[in-house]
Amino acid sequence: MPKAEVPDLLPVMPELFLLGGALVLLMFGVFHKGGQRDTHVANYRFISSASVIVLVLTLLLLLPVSSSDWVIFGGMLVSDPFAIFVKTLVLLASAVALVMSQRYFENHGLARFEYPVLLLLATLGMMLMVSANDLIALYVGLEMQSLTLYVMASFQRHDVRSTEAGLKYFVLGAVASGMLLYGASLVYGFSGTTNFEVLAAQLSGQAAATPSLGLIIGLIFVVVGLAFKVSAVPFHMWTPDVYEGAPTPVTAFFSVAPKLAAVALFLRVMVGPFGDLADQWQQFIVFMSIASMALGGFVAINQRNIKRLMAYSSIGHVGYALIGLAVGTEEGVRSVLIYMSIYLFMNLGAFACILCMRRADRMVEEISDLAGLSKSHPFLALAMAIFMFSMAGIPPLAGFFGKLYIFLAAIEAELYGLAIIGVLTSVVAAFYYLRIIKVMYFDDLAEPLERPIGREMGLVLGGTSLVILFFFLYPSPLLTGAQAAAAALFSG
Amino acid sequence: MSDFPILSVIIFFIPLTGVLLILMIRGEEEIVARNARNVALWTSSINFVMSLFLWVGFDTSTAAFQFEENLQWEGAFFSYRVGVDGISMLFVLLTTLLTPICVLASVEAIKSRVKEYMIAFLIMETMMVGMFCALDIVLFYIFFEGVLIPMFLVIGVWGGPRRIYAAFKFFLFTLVGSVLMLVAILTMYLTAGTTDIPALMAHGFSPALQNWLWLAFLASFAVKLPMWPVHTWLPDAHVEAPTAGSVMLAGVLLKFGAYGFLRFSLPMFPDATVFFTPLIYTLSIVAVIYTSLVALAQEDMKKLIAYSSVAHMGFVTVGAFSLTTQGLQGALFQALSHGVVSAALFLIVGVVYDRMHSREISAYEGLVQRMPAYALIFMLFMLASVGLPGTSGFVGEFLVLVGAFQANSWVAALTATGVILGATYMLYLYRRVIFGKLTKDSLKGILDLSPREIAVFAPLVLLMVVMGVYPGPFLEVMEASVDNLLRDFELARAATGTLAQASP
Repeated sequence: MPKAEVPDLLPVMPELFLLGGALVLLMFGVFHKGGQRDTHVANYRFISSASVIVLVLTLLLLLPVSSSDWVIFGGMLVSDPFAIFVKTLVLLASAVALVMSQRYFENHGLARFEYPVLLLLATLGMMLMVSANDLIALYVGLEMQSLTLYVMASFQRHDVRSTEAGLKYFVLGAVASGMLLYGASLVYGFSGTTNFEVLAAQLSGQAAATPSLGLIIGLIFVVVGLAFKVSAVPFHMWTPDVYEGAPTPVTAFFSVAPKLAAVALFLRVMVGPFGDLADQWQQFIVFMSIASMALGGFVAINQRNIKRLMAYSSIGHVGYALIGLAVGTEEGVRSVLIYMSIYLFMNLGAFACILCMRRADRMVEEISDLAGLSKSHPFLALAMAIFMFSMAGIPPLAGFFGKLYIFLAAIEAELYGLAIIGVLTSVVAAFYYLRIIKVMYFDDLAEPLERPIGREMGLVLGGTSLVILFFFLYPSPLLTGAQAAAAALFSG
Repeated sequence: MSDFPILSVIIFFIPLTGVLLILMIRGEEEIVARNARNVALWTSSINFVMSLFLWVGFDTSTAAFQFEENLQWEGAFFSYRVGVDGISMLFVLLTTLLTPICVLASVEAIKSRVKEYMIAFLIMETMMVGMFCALDIVLFYIFFEGVLIPMFLVIGVWGGPRRIYAAFKFFLFTLVGSVLMLVAILTMYLTAGTTDIPALMAHGFSPALQNWLWLAFLASFAVKLPMWPVHTWLPDAHVEAPTAGSVMLAGVLLKFGAYGFLRFSLPMFPDATVFFTPLIYTLSIVAVIYTSLVALAQEDMKKLIAYSSVAHMGFVTVGAFSLTTQGLQGALFQALSHGVVSAALFLIVGVVYDRMHSREISAYEGLVQRMPAYALIFMLFMLASVGLPGTSGFVGEFLVLVGAFQANSWVAALTATGVILGATYMLYLYRRVIFGKLTKDSLKGILDLSPREIAVFAPLVLLMVVMGVYPGPFLEVMEASVDNLLRDFELARAATGTLAQASP
């Protein structure tokens, strides 16, 4: 007689804690009514700070889990060094993004406690995504994340651009989810399973040489769905509008945590269950990679709005990350992880700078508003210059090392053409990063931006710029961590 | 002394201490500017004195790398490895000498944002010295490329009216070349399994691969050197950069290319070098003759000197690819001499620019009457640039021509026309600026060199004359390394020769 087994909950302690924290804070927010506007703000402040603490505690809870590998819930979720590595970064990015957003929402009369709670739930979705070991778990995690993100994009609900961004994101996101689901159902139909390990076993050896056509079509649909989530060309159309329309702290959050989680998920799906079908999907990824790098580079040149520029810049960065995925080896995965980790710090820092662009209590978003920043805010300009040079991949800044490992992986796999196109588009991209530096340093001061920039912004800016500037002194933790994480994907 | 990490001290410790000190300066603008200048001057002077110990402790009898330091980053495929040999040591000294001179020369010229300016120059010094000392190819690339950041800012912030165009052109031209070199560097690492430069020299790449790698390195070095036809960024950058920026560009940055050829292209890709030598000869001769003629037609003093730099660099490449002892020594010597002479010439233009704010040749005439000391120093360096015996320029050009003549007499003959053309445009410039009647009212009140300016020129004059009259110590430093390079080159050529015979 089969016994009802109590699932081992220890490996999902961080997720459970995060979920519990989010729900408690939600209840607190709902029932702790104040009535006046001040108590609203006080509530928001409390819940926002508590959410940061919850994220940090979740981060600490990852420590005891990281000691060994687990497969839980009947193979639905997996906890390996790869998942731990990505979760650490996701939690870090979410916490920093939340810290940066606090003042913005207060200043814009948007101090609602729902925002931190939504961000916690989105983070939970991302943690599920990177742990997914089954197409169903993948979909559940992805949707949990996406639905909260749609709401966050339109959080500034009296603003036309923000609601438009949310709606656009929702409609296009729903199409992508549909494609993903359709692909997953095809894969299930032609293989009889949704579990990654079983799929990998089925699709190895002889079966990999002659896969059924239906399975390939399913695979392509899955790739398309995931490509939409990481905003790779030609599935990038939502990105500039959503980045521009969403409130800036939300954009900052979008550009790091969900992107990182989606790239990680992409990696796990492609090299895990479909790793032996690399011949089938590699050319597709190569195409998307080249298209993303080129479009990200060339279209960004003409942008005037800095948030839109960052959107195209992020499309370009995803193009580089896809080089590592196209390689599909352990070195490739490691290079993507290194690249995305550095990207996360650069982007958080750059958005912290953008959040400091205020004038007369209003956000300004034009690149020309930065004119002469180096005279009015020398340290802010210096930090932004560091991020821009780093994004352009100029040594000795961290961004260079990200690119170095990406191209190393590409050349090791003898994808010389891809590597050369990659380095040449990085020169194109360097042009528009330099343009921002030019505006800040070479142009004359227009109307100065507001000061002071606020303590928490100073902290974020200082931290991220020091990481980027002095990464070369001690790169070992990231390099070895990424190595271990990448090895975990290939051990099975 | 043997365990003392002298190179790291010169690369990082002293300049970056200066940067930190400058960052800590607070107070009124005037005081900040003065203190920043003093700190930069002191730290860079100390650094120069420190680097003199390199020469004192240098063993000229060996071609091996000296003062080596080695540090490994856990998990990284490259390492921190530095050292100098006869090829790089003098370039290190050139850099540490020119940095304090640049600081001193900027006292009058730079009035705004002095603090940032000094920081940029100290960081530039770190990058440049590091580039010459790097014994790991990735480390080399980091320094090689890292120098773009401070230079871009120096041109863009403190430059002339078209500074933005010039800064972008400089940055993007160099970057395109460099990224192709990065691909080659990674290919070399994956083929040879190491990023250690001495090990890569001994590796012996297959001839087919050599050609590709050689071309990728050429893309980078040709832009940096610069060689015709990718030299067009140079006149723009020189004209728009502040005087000290031009000095650094001409004095040190252009040497990156020459150094790169001697450090990488020749020893690592000997077969490709032989294969492509006609190409290099052609480009160099075109550079020597064409840019000399272009220089003759210039109306802007800085532009004229910039074009003359391209021509002089043509000599360097001819010498390097002649693959003879004299040619290589001549190339190195010419590079060093050009570092001193062109730096001085840019400073000379800077002197009158600071007074009159014009670089047009037609704005000046008969300066000898108001500025005799200036005219004397101008003449010394003008003659050094022409290559008059007794000046450093002569030794370099002579050795290059001797080397080139052994390799190919036609190349030597055509290159030698550059000497004549060089004399033409330099003497023509000198006549128009210095001689003649002083009739312009604006020039009537112009002042001769101040003591500060004399202090700027004194070390350069001394060095130029010593190098011209007694070049022995300089050549001695290079000798072992150059001989070793050529010996390895022949061995590697012989090895591929037997390989080709063995496998029909």
